[in-house]
Amino acid sequence: MASEALRRTPLYEEHKALGARLVDFAGWEMPVQYEGIKAEHEAVRTRVGLFDVSHMGEVVFRGPQAREAVQRLVTRDVSRLTVGQAGYAAVCYESGGTVDDVLVYRTQDDFLVVVNASNREKDVEHFKENTGDLDVEVVDESDQWALLALQGPEAAALLQTFTETDLSSIKYYRYEVGEVEGAYAVISRTGYTGEDGFELFVRSDDAPNLWRRLIEAGAAPVGLGARDTLRLEAGMCLYGNELDAETTPLEAGIGFAVHLDKESEFIGQRALRREQEEGLRKRLVGFKVEGRGIARHDYPVTVDGETVGSVTSGTLSPTLNEAIGLALVAPGVEDRFEVAIRSRTVPARAVPLPFYKRERK
Amino acid sequence: MSVPGDLQYTRTHEWVRREGDTATVGITDHAQDELGDVVFVELPEEGATFGAGDAFGTIESVKAVSDLYAPVGGEVVEVNSALDDVPEKVNEDPYGDGWIVRLRVSGEGDLLSAAEYEKVLEEEE
Repeated sequence: MASEALRRTPLYEEHKALGARLVDFAGWEMPVQYEGIKAEHEAVRTRVGLFDVSHMGEVVFRGPQAREAVQRLVTRDVSRLTVGQAGYAAVCYESGGTVDDVLVYRTQDDFLVVVNASNREKDVEHFKENTGDLDVEVVDESDQWALLALQGPEAAALLQTFTETDLSSIKYYRYEVGEVEGAYAVISRTGYTGEDGFELFVRSDDAPNLWRRLIEAGAAPVGLGARDTLRLEAGMCLYGNELDAETTPLEAGIGFAVHLDKESEFIGQRALRREQEEGLRKRLVGFKVEGRGIARHDYPVTVDGETVGSVTSGTLSPTLNEAIGLALVAPGVEDRFEVAIRSRTVPARAVPLPFYKRERK
Repeated sequence: MSVPGDLQYTRTHEWVRREGDTATVGITDHAQDELGDVVFVELPEEGATFGAGDAFGTIESVKAVSDLYAPVGGEVVEVNSALDDVPEKVNEDPYGDGWIVRLRVSGEGDLLSAAEYEKVLEEEE
């Protein structure tokens, strides 16, 4: 893709000024790293880091049947969400395969669904196609919003100096609407790193000033490279790796976001119920490589020379300094298997997820 | 990016230091910067033989995997096994402690002078 065609977030000039290395990510010109992936990863684990995730999409469901529409589209029972609460969910096809994984925010009158940048157009089309009979407006507001993620053990203390909103009153997966550095902001205690932290939805025009102020106050800018190693250590799925149209949320280990018992039917519910009864066709496992080498996306998983699955994500964990990964494997696969790392076969051992869990105070 | 004048280079961003029939090989400052934090170097066996241009190993950063290509043909007489424990030497000192292999040269490759390599880097910009 020619660089002219790439989309840019409202923070593009900030990234350039910080000397970021910019790459094409899902059609967006995004920072993959500033100082270096390991240093940025460590900043988030031990202090506080700031991410530009404005490429993610914000889709609003508005109207008398907004709840019915979202209920039909996502696997979580959103009637259980209270105003001010957010919930992780999958969006499925009738087959049970995954369209996207999303965060659903319940507001007073509407629902906000935050989608992956790579799936935005596909999602909006899917949302509209499947809710045409309902009295609901599906509005893609992505271009009006910037999204900043402030993550790490010092995130709350740092952010508190910029807002009157009492952050200690916002629990995990809750949000409040307030002001940050004088700008309207949805302050959400969510993230994709395994650390405490916040995601801040602000107007695009307000984003550069807020970004600069948070950096000046000591937040380390963090790129998509460390975002990936952080989420992988935390055992979180990435659409396109662990989740896709051929993989159900049950297989990808996010059954906690699937409410098969919810009263109103959702797209994919029948297929997922059937899979639940008949048994999973594959399942996601976390593993550590026991030999030398690093497992990467798409490397085959084998047992006795026979391919039984494939690696969905793999890296050297900066926190553990061990090669870790996630793989989708056939149901019968036990805790010992091998990963074909190019020309070699290296032993690996399944381990419980997540690889990294922060200590809670 | 540093491009020492006394070394020879490849278009695939390896460098070579020739001393008699021995060639020490590593990756350039530009290459290590492009890769980012190096976390793993897969070294060849001592005694293995490669032709000029053959892949002789791989180098991995947190994010990416790259093949290493032999700038000249020859037999591996020494590998920098210190990289097993401290692969970040490739980032810290690409032309010194971050060297990768030593070859006994038996075949010439298509090598660039420092000036020619700098031109390649300019073209890549």
